[in-house]
Amino acid sequence: MGKYILKRFLMMLVTIFIIATLTFFLMHAVPGSPLESDRNTNETVQANLERFYKLDQPLHIQYLSYMQSIVTFDFGPSIKDPNRTVNELLARGFPISFELGIITILVAVVSGIILGTMAALRHNKMIDYAAMAFAVIGISIPNFVLATVLIQQLAVNWNIFPPATWTSPMHMVLPVLALATGPMAIIARLTRSSMLEVLTQDYIKMARAKGIKPMRIVLRHALRNALMPVVTIMGTLLAGILTGTFVIEKIFAIPGMGKYFVDSINNRDYPVIMGTTVFYSAFLIFMLFLVDIVYGILDPRIKLHKKEGDV
Amino acid sequence: MTGKQIAEELARTRLEDGADRDSVDHTGKRGKIVKPKKRKTVTGERILSVQDLHVTFNTYGGTVQAVRGVNFDLYKGETLAIVGESGCGKSVTSNAIMGLIQQPPGKISSKGVHFKTQDLTKLSKKEMRKIQGVDISMIFQDPMTALNPTLTIGEQLTEGVKQHKKLSKAEAKERAIDMLKLVGIPNPEERLKQYPHQFSGGMRQRIVIAIALICEPELLIADEPTTALDVTIQAQILELFEEIQEKTGVSIILITHDLGVVAKIADRIAVMYAGKVIETGDKREIFYNPQHPYTKGLLTSVPRLDLAGGELKPIDGTPPDLFAPPTGCPFAARCPFSMDVCMNVYPEVTTLSDTHKVDCWLQDPRAQKLIDEQAFAR
Repeated sequence: MGKYILKRFLMMLVTIFIIATLTFFLMHAVPGSPLESDRNTNETVQANLERFYKLDQPLHIQYLSYMQSIVTFDFGPSIKDPNRTVNELLARGFPISFELGIITILVAVVSGIILGTMAALRHNKMIDYAAMAFAVIGISIPNFVLATVLIQQLAVNWNIFPPATWTSPMHMVLPVLALATGPMAIIARLTRSSMLEVLTQDYIKMARAKGIKPMRIVLRHALRNALMPVVTIMGTLLAGILTGTFVIEKIFAIPGMGKYFVDSINNRDYPVIMGTTVFYSAFLIFMLFLVDIVYGILDPRIKLHKKEGDV
Repeated sequence: MTGKQIAEELARTRLEDGADRDSVDHTGKRGKIVKPKKRKTVTGERILSVQDLHVTFNTYGGTVQAVRGVNFDLYKGETLAIVGESGCGKSVTSNAIMGLIQQPPGKISSKGVHFKTQDLTKLSKKEMRKIQGVDISMIFQDPMTALNPTLTIGEQLTEGVKQHKKLSKAEAKERAIDMLKLVGIPNPEERLKQYPHQFSGGMRQRIVIAIALICEPELLIADEPTTALDVTIQAQILELFEEIQEKTGVSIILITHDLGVVAKIADRIAVMYAGKVIETGDKREIFYNPQHPYTKGLLTSVPRLDLAGGELKPIDGTPPDLFAPPTGCPFAARCPFSMDVCMNVYPEVTTLSDTHKVDCWLQDPRAQKLIDEQAFAR
């Protein structure tokens, strides 16, 4: 196991290196620079500023110094907001984004699995049709549309939940709902179809022949097998939720990382772009690694590592 | 002609008259000293009685009449083989007894499926669960799919006894180890922690058998237990069945299409065709003296080493469509002896001995003349 984790860790480093390189060159390929603004700046001042931020140096030198900043995990100050370092921005934004993301994942996974399982157990009955109609709607509506509808109905018209910010559990309901509905619908549909397939398997019939209680058959025998496809698409869903947080944070004025990320790109704030991108990708890669571990726990046939003498 | 060959076959396997019919020679395959086996103690107690069992399934294409009035009894300690080709209703019959038919789309009607004193068809699902796996157990055809790949075999073995017999974890584990020893799995303590994919097919079938036996059932339904195994493993599993029956006195219903398996371990045989039992009898009666043309056809369509230069004779045609089964004898269309009456009226049961019963118009006195003529013509 240790060997496997080490191997995965090295691969994660390589991936992050490639992402950082691509981001760097893409970022510089985009016209504009962090020092451009509507005001007419004196040419000497402009040149001094460029020298100060080392933007006058050749691209490969800049690349090397950025790589150095990634290795030391010190991205320096933001160009647009020199009072703050990138690390400060991350430290401030990440906990909030993380909270939003994790709550969303939990809500999506738990309710998706429950919905899908109920639909499968009541196959071709009312619950099944209702759950699947709900799932189709959930998949079809983009989260930013859902977010605005939720704000209009539940916050403005009915005044049940606060419309924005991230201060109390009540504030979390609408953004989480907007962000979780899509993944939840996908998980529900997937759970339903794989559950239906698992329920026809011989081992389920055998469990019934053993007189095992139906609840135990579903939870212990069927669900674990039915969740394999769900775990498989968790990686994609995680990436979707992560990018979804950018939009949702913007709509609900949540002071998470997404806001800095989007703003930094608009401002060509190079250090912030690099910092947030590398951080986001490192986080996503780590989550994907966790998904693989869960895979191995759910299905003993999947070996993450090769042991001596295994067949 | 067929009868004679079968007699020779049976003589070869030491089943001729006068010999103890259960003393099948094991020829020391495991290097054991061969002892003559004790005669099975088949007491008169009837533990299962199936009366006029009908099972139908509603499908988009119409209603399939999978089982159309099956009758049989099973006594304590005996092995009844249900034989027939694919789709004749063998498995549906066993699933119906076991309470594994989903209703709907399935529909079961009968004059009673009595397990000892209880009518299984009248029990609620909850009451049925107290019988499933406890009094009646089932062994499935394919050990590769019958075990849950994500649970250890220890858990799959013990969950039944834990639920039904309220055993503690330690007691259940001890029982599981005993069962694995009984079915011949080495290192049972370590094996309990392993998953099904770490076992070979034969080992898995042994585990399936252990699971079926762990609550000490009185009736074991084995649905083609050796079909998915290769021949050497088949023989071992069949020996295991005999051993277990000797030790525990369990009654076995063996569903199979393999007459070799039947010859080895069955006491009585029920031949099914198109959802009906068309002939029953004890093993000698069916092998020596088959009366139904279908039974005769089954016996001649099995390849045999002792049949020098002989040809295999398949039964021509296919079984009838069970969406619209014929009103008369279902075998009439394929039967070389079929008469007008066969096409229109299902034959009554003819009782040839205490055990031997056959549904065939040829048993009618008026048909005897015809048989003689046909035999002469051959």
